[in-house]
Amino acid sequence: MSPLELAQKLNLSILNEGEGADRELKGIYCCDLLSIVMGRAKADDAWITVMGNLNSIAVAVLADTGCIILSEGMQLDAEAASKASAQGVCVLSSDLPTFELSRKIAEAAGL
Amino acid sequence: MSILKLHYEIDGEDFTRAGEASASVKKRLRQLGVKPDATRKVSIALYEGEINMVIHAHGGDIDVEISPEAVRMVLADRGPGIENIDQAMKEGWSTAPDEVRSLGFGAGMGLPNMKKNSDEMQIETVLGKGTTVTMAVYL
Repeated sequence: MSPLELAQKLNLSILNEGEGADRELKGIYCCDLLSIVMGRAKADDAWITVMGNLNSIAVAVLADTGCIILSEGMQLDAEAASKASAQGVCVLSSDLPTFELSRKIAEAAGL
Repeated sequence: MSILKLHYEIDGEDFTRAGEASASVKKRLRQLGVKPDATRKVSIALYEGEINMVIHAHGGDIDVEISPEAVRMVLADRGPGIENIDQAMKEGWSTAPDEVRSLGFGAGMGLPNMKKNSDEMQIETVLGKGTTVTMAVYL
């Protein structure tokens, strides 16, 4: 399932569409410490985090995650939003806490 | 494919720009048709190195050589040097300041991630003079 299909199914906010229609999500990864994400998230994971800063966008690009999904109603700051747009990173958001959100994503996307 | 050489100067004052060199190298590797696995390893190893240079060493220079066999990276800084490399290589060991931790870094995963994502890695460090990390990812 693509990030945009997931957004539609679970009514997630689309903060930046980016490559969201073209990526295929293959797993889910939850963590807020960027160094750990860099080492352990897999390519094409839906990465769930509360970190909406510029460095999160860089990590998503370099670790090649399928999208970023901000939990707990977190938003991108202005610099991060402009970087996400420039780099084509799909960023979604939800008011749900991380566990609840990942459980719903796992069900909806069969992951 | 002949050897492609790239050079980047890393600004030690600007934490928000860290990652630009790695993103640029990643883009070149994609254009050259390098396999996604190898591209990802180079991207991660280089980004961790770049972040380290900004957090600990007031920036420095990165040289990257892309040949058909390997991507070789040399990251040279004029920072304080690493007092105990064995300790620095341990996951979870960090000397990063709190403001860096609040941005999501400083988990003590930088050097271990670099080691994990490179096929060769060497660290030369002199206290008070700086550190040079050399890494290679085979293609």
